[in-house]
Amino acid sequence: MNELLRLTGEHLLIVAIAVTIAIAAGVPLGTFAHRRRRLGGVALRITDIVQTIPSLAMFGFLIPLPFVGGIGARPAIVALVLYSLLPIVRSTLVGLDRVDAHVREAATAMGMTDRQLLWSVELPLATPAIVAGIRIASVTAIGVATIAAAVGGGGLGTLIFRGVSMVDTRLILSGALPAALLAIGADLVLTQVERYFARRRGEA
Amino acid sequence: MIEYRDVSVLRGGTAILDRITLNIDKGERVAFLGRSGAGKTTALKVINGLIAPSSGDVIVDDRSTSQHALPLLRRRIGYVMQQPALFPHRNVLDNVATVPRLLQWAEERIRAESERLLEQLELPVSAFGARFPRMLSGGQQQRVAIARALIAAPEIVLCDEPFSALDPIIRGEMQTLFVGAVRASGAPEARTTPTTLVFVTHDVREALRIAERVIVFDEGRLVVDTPADAFMSHEHPLVRRFVEA
Repeated sequence: MNELLRLTGEHLLIVAIAVTIAIAAGVPLGTFAHRRRRLGGVALRITDIVQTIPSLAMFGFLIPLPFVGGIGARPAIVALVLYSLLPIVRSTLVGLDRVDAHVREAATAMGMTDRQLLWSVELPLATPAIVAGIRIASVTAIGVATIAAAVGGGGLGTLIFRGVSMVDTRLILSGALPAALLAIGADLVLTQVERYFARRRGEA
Repeated sequence: MIEYRDVSVLRGGTAILDRITLNIDKGERVAFLGRSGAGKTTALKVINGLIAPSSGDVIVDDRSTSQHALPLLRRRIGYVMQQPALFPHRNVLDNVATVPRLLQWAEERIRAESERLLEQLELPVSAFGARFPRMLSGGQQQRVAIARALIAAPEIVLCDEPFSALDPIIRGEMQTLFVGAVRASGAPEARTTPTTLVFVTHDVREALRIAERVIVFDEGRLVVDTPADAFMSHEHPLVRRFVEA
């Protein structure tokens, strides 16, 4: 039981660190993609390609890399950041694109600078979409993090892999069930956050 | 106050505005009249720099718009368009407070001015101040947009068919409310000089009701420039078609 709690905590910590980094990088990247169409398109293409790499292969690629790779929590976090990036960049871009052009024109005509337009109109209006991206990123990261145990990343995957090698179904389930519950729980909580922001921006 | 010096705007080789030269004096109320695609909206948007001229200069306040710091200039120019385009995440009071906050007015002054203006537009703050745009009818939203444009006593007010999306009965009421609000716009100390109004419309009756001078655009060119009271008897064929329509 103690080990289960420890591994759950580890699992959540890896995911939280990775998603936080992905938010810190992804929202500015999505904003950039919105402002600079062509360069943004390239950035999006790259995150798209990263997303298609199977997760076990991704960890395989990371093992020989210096600094970011190797064995343990670090490559696990790096891989999760890469997977979380796409939904966050894309949803930021979509959220900003969806801001009514007339509202944008009004803000500009009132005398807002580009920065004021971004911070006080565009980003607040894009927030529900951005949160949706964070939700998808988190749920994905919780799932992929189970595989991180293969490279010594820790987390609930440890129990699953141990169970597989020992052909012990109960052991597998003791890792798989909490991981699934975490994903479902994160989805429910973040859906509520999304609704809260949608209400605040005056939609629902 | 506003001077067009040989202003053209080109898009993909065609002239949306074709060598416009025009003077609008301080305090004048001018209607830009024309069919859709005539260039009247473009002529409006070069004043606050939403569109830059391809050639020529628009002089506002003795300086070309290309020389102005546009955000600063725009804070002195009210702008109302066909869509209310209120900020959906802000309530009525916060929408109205947009420009004063950019100008860093004290909150008490913003509050007092908003109350006075919204009252005049028949949207008492006690009932409407905390509402969000989605909770308002189209006509109410447009009144908030007008308050948002007039709150900081702008020297110039630009309107782009602000009432054409409203039903005819409300439209008439709005025109009356609007003219009253423009005349009384701003704090008393700022009211010494009357507001310059440029109003784009395709509706002759609206133009004559609101403006004292009517300028007709056609295919990017300025074709008629007449005092409003001489408009009905003007002989230009396009005017005749407008009058008879």
